[in-house]
Amino acid sequence: MAIEVKIPTILRSYTGGAKSVDSAGDTLSALLDNLDATHPGLKGRLITDDGGLHRFVNVYVNDEDVRFTGSLDTALKDGDSVTILPAVAGG
Amino acid sequence: MTRYDSLLDALGETPLVGLPRLSPRWDGDAPVRLWAKLEDRNPTGSVKDRAALYMIRHAEADGRLTPGCTILEPTSGNTGISLAMVAKLRGYGLVCVMPENTSVERRQLLEMFGARIIYSPAEGGSNEAVAVAKRLAAENPDWVMLYQYGNAANALAHYEGTGPEILRDLPTITHFVAGLGTTGTLMGAGRYLREKAPDVQVIAAEPRYGELVYGLRNIDEGFVPELYDDSVLTSRFSVTSYDALRRTRDLIEQEGIFAGISTGAILHAALAVADRVAAAGQRADIAFIFADGGWKYLSTGAYDGSLQHAAERLEGQLWA
Repeated sequence: MAIEVKIPTILRSYTGGAKSVDSAGDTLSALLDNLDATHPGLKGRLITDDGGLHRFVNVYVNDEDVRFTGSLDTALKDGDSVTILPAVAGG
Repeated sequence: MTRYDSLLDALGETPLVGLPRLSPRWDGDAPVRLWAKLEDRNPTGSVKDRAALYMIRHAEADGRLTPGCTILEPTSGNTGISLAMVAKLRGYGLVCVMPENTSVERRQLLEMFGARIIYSPAEGGSNEAVAVAKRLAAENPDWVMLYQYGNAANALAHYEGTGPEILRDLPTITHFVAGLGTTGTLMGAGRYLREKAPDVQVIAAEPRYGELVYGLRNIDEGFVPELYDDSVLTSRFSVTSYDALRRTRDLIEQEGIFAGISTGAILHAALAVADRVAAAGQRADIAFIFADGGWKYLSTGAYDGSLQHAAERLEGQLWA
């Protein structure tokens, strides 16, 4: 099962500069564990010590913010696209 | 009554217009209908007029703003233009801190209104504009920073204006969709609608820019507006320039409405929700914010040639 994960510039030091990497997992949590196995340290930049998503990190599955779809328990399926972005100001 | 004593009195009470061709099902037993709240009909042509007037009136009422004061604000454009108009009419100076990667029309309009513009670097987008404005505020204690990202009057303008207008005009509303920037529109109108019609879903559409805009040095430099409360929302979509532009073209071709790019993003999220509801065989009345028209973005090339090329030209631009 391949799921494309888009990596923001600020975290590409963990992916050898790659803009996107393929990973797998039935849930976002499992996907992040798998990502961390191939790109050690990446998960630690996204998840805080209490196990939640970092306040200034937004994760989208197929363009929808996971904070409203079950957060780390969000279900994933083959062909989904995961996008990680830092929170920035609009307006 | 469409006669007003002044331009400021003509603010708000914008039309809510149906989109029968873009809606999945306009008629029948389970219609799924889209309604555009045409905020481009405000005095300077954007939804930001509401927040600008409220923030200035509240600052006058609590004594922070007195005649001759200079207002300072970080803005990617529309809030600045709205503040410039209100400031001119109420006798204030205005200094806008604006990222350099915004459209030339915004700069021209601000200059027409007599605002002073201080540019912040393109890298980091509005985050940088906020940081520069906070520095300037500390260096110039006599300037009054209204600070749209944390000013309760911003959300209040929509709690008392936009939200009630929509519910009055569309009592059968099931979904409200708006852009997520300062979060003022979503927090204000969203709270009002959920209080009065608890089943209403509140959906955010946020722009997904090119990489330059996310050029932070580390994650801790990220920014979440002080106004933001995610318990008001039921879902949140990130919309690419390509999808936003695609929807502006759909709006012109099918409904004859010329929209700005952020409105394209909002419509894209509204259609995602509409398609889900329609597929489930349910009914829906989906109201969305038409934030501004396309006029201020013509120079960006957003409306020229193929969608792919137009989206590439927007790379690195702040379009919401």
